Amino acid sequence: MKPLIASIRLVIVTLLICVAGYTALILGFAQLVTPGTAEGSLIKDTDGKIVGSHLIAQSFTNAVYFWPRPSAVGYNAAAAGGSNKSPTSTNLTERARQLIEQYGASVEKPLPANLAAASGGGLDPHITEHAALYQANRVAKARNIPPSQVGMLIKQQAFAPGGALTPDRLVNVLELNLALDNP
Amino acid sequence: MNAILFVALIVGGAAILSWPLGRYMKWAMDPTPTPGSLANRFARLFHFFGGRFTGESQNWKHYIVSMLIFNVLMFVVSFGFMAFQHHLPLNPDGQKAVEGSLIFNTAASFTSNTNLQHYSGESTFSYLSQLAALMWLQFVSAATGIAALAAMARGLAGRKDLGNFFLDLQRATFLVLLPLAIIVALLFALGGMPMTLAGAAHATTLEGIEQIISRGPVAAFVAIKQLGTNGGGFFGPNCTHPFENPTFWTNAVAMVSIILIPMACVWMFGRIVGRLRHAAVVFGVMLVFLLAKATGAVWFEQAPTQAFAGLPIEQNVGNLEGKELRFGATTGPLWAVLTTSTSNGSVSAMHDSLNPMTGLMPMIGMWLNATFGGVGVGMINMFIYIVLAVFVAGMMVGRTPEYLNRRIEAHEVKLAVIALLAHALFILGGTALFAATPWGRDTLNNTGAHGFSEMLYEFSSAAANNGSGFEGLGDNTGPWNIATGLVMLLARFIPIILPLAIAGSLAAKKPTPQSAGTLGVENATFGIMLVATIIFIGALTFFPVAALGPIAEHLQFMRSPFGEKL
Repeated sequence: MKPLIASIRLVIVTLLICVAGYTALILGFAQLVTPGTAEGSLIKDTDGKIVGSHLIAQSFTNAVYFWPRPSAVGYNAAAAGGSNKSPTSTNLTERARQLIEQYGASVEKPLPANLAAASGGGLDPHITEHAALYQANRVAKARNIPPSQVGMLIKQQAFAPGGALTPDRLVNVLELNLALDNP
Repeated sequence: MNAILFVALIVGGAAILSWPLGRYMKWAMDPTPTPGSLANRFARLFHFFGGRFTGESQNWKHYIVSMLIFNVLMFVVSFGFMAFQHHLPLNPDGQKAVEGSLIFNTAASFTSNTNLQHYSGESTFSYLSQLAALMWLQFVSAATGIAALAAMARGLAGRKDLGNFFLDLQRATFLVLLPLAIIVALLFALGGMPMTLAGAAHATTLEGIEQIISRGPVAAFVAIKQLGTNGGGFFGPNCTHPFENPTFWTNAVAMVSIILIPMACVWMFGRIVGRLRHAAVVFGVMLVFLLAKATGAVWFEQAPTQAFAGLPIEQNVGNLEGKELRFGATTGPLWAVLTTSTSNGSVSAMHDSLNPMTGLMPMIGMWLNATFGGVGVGMINMFIYIVLAVFVAGMMVGRTPEYLNRRIEAHEVKLAVIALLAHALFILGGTALFAATPWGRDTLNNTGAHGFSEMLYEFSSAAANNGSGFEGLGDNTGPWNIATGLVMLLARFIPIILPLAIAGSLAAKKPTPQSAGTLGVENATFGIMLVATIIFIGALTFFPVAALGPIAEHLQFMRSPFGEKL
């Protein structure tokens, strides 16, 4: 009996401290110090309508926009996931063929690998700077602006996520497209 | 070059931090009783929380009974929260009732510190279920492991009184896990993780499509999930999801958090048994295995995605399928090794999409399950290997095997072998059963050898209380939920109960004074002996299934390092 009573007491105490107390502490801190990211790093337009999140990829298919990496879940941010296909799977070969056609890639102009491989969560907000430059001509042509202007914007936005530890520079696709829409 | 630097920073950083933490954990878990000291004041507080019974000392049998009673209650309470979530508050996204076998599997999974997930958090569980059932278990199941290690160490130090489970549980929860979780959660919140009780956000994308963005109290959840070798994700794709791991830096903090307490547990063990040099040898052995697996994983993952061979796709980077760009190229394989060397099981790259031989490294981690291992239980598992190594070494040179001045005899070796065989039986027997029946065959996401690997990985993960998966497997079925649920529970408590029994039996023996004839456990010879024991047992048990799964796939599809197809 005694161990059971002690167990019940500790269930209550740990629930109160580790769930209620701990959650309240972290919640209070995050909401006070960094409310924007605590709410999900949401981006609002000038009317206050939510257009997405800095951290979450969204679907882009129009030629005037940069396209993100493929997503195994169709950029569904309420049920994220990866393809979970083996890298030897023919399913991935088929998906890659479609993407090659979509981008018009060729042996002379091979597709950057990050545009052919889906991310683990299907919501990777980034592409490499190289993959953005790869798309710059298409976007410039569709928008009727000089490619150099698009290239400049990419260079401005590109960043190294881990400083010297990550030599490949990345751009955030949604932020880049927003900058194109609102020069 | 960057890869080596990155591995060195993460593993080295954690190793350095583990030394002071191990010292602190000794103070927290096994304080020297001095009247009026801070430790004593905490003990009084814990007696107040747990009742007078918390002050009674327990032998190994009473300790185990208390642990089991509390763990049954953990299971029952969390089951209740999940089963009635649709009637309870904190459910802004209107999550519905959950199917019974999935609740059983999830309660077993989080009670056993496994965190195998046959569901996606954002589309299955309310915030209350995530916090009060799952996050709560992430604290108390991890604390159970640390408590068990402290008790075992006391037994090996020759004390008949193993302490009191309810006192140890509180020490581990409130003095070890909670303060670290607060620090890491604050760092995560600053790093950009969401921490809100608001429901999903509804966005209209630039192209006018509606996108529902699930969020929640993520920072608090992810901190304890990493520190307690739990690993269960708030979201389905775990730490590949940008909300669970927004930047390179949150990723680095998470990786250190995964390995930190398991490393510190070795030092705590050494301090309680009073043999720090022995702990250093064990730590070194564990580190050798960890680095060997990390090297293998990083090396094999440099091969580009084989499915793209011959297509006009640049093949100058490694395999990017299932990986996020913001973490850098080395994170996926290194994390895969860290999370399976410990029994964490969170992922920052999809293990199903790792190259075949890269995918073997996490499996090796789970098969050995002692190269740092889960919080507390990793060192307990290593103790089983130590018993066997000492026994085999003693037999080889014709001396009576001894460990920490106590004789290892037939009884102890029998218990150790049962614990090892149980682990192997769950993995091999389970995989065989599901590979031979529609229970497994009809749930695969990949064909051929890789499909076999999916089933093998699932049982390895359940038996090692790891929780990661080859997530393509359609594992939310009755047979998978029940089979892995049972395996997780048995594989949790058998390897805690048997070593505690061994420790109890050793503590009851008369100490044999150290002599020139004693085989030392504090030198390199012992370290090599331990490495050899682990390799022989592991390889003899698991090489056949490794050959049928990842090695077969590698030979069938991958190119040799020299470029031609094998």
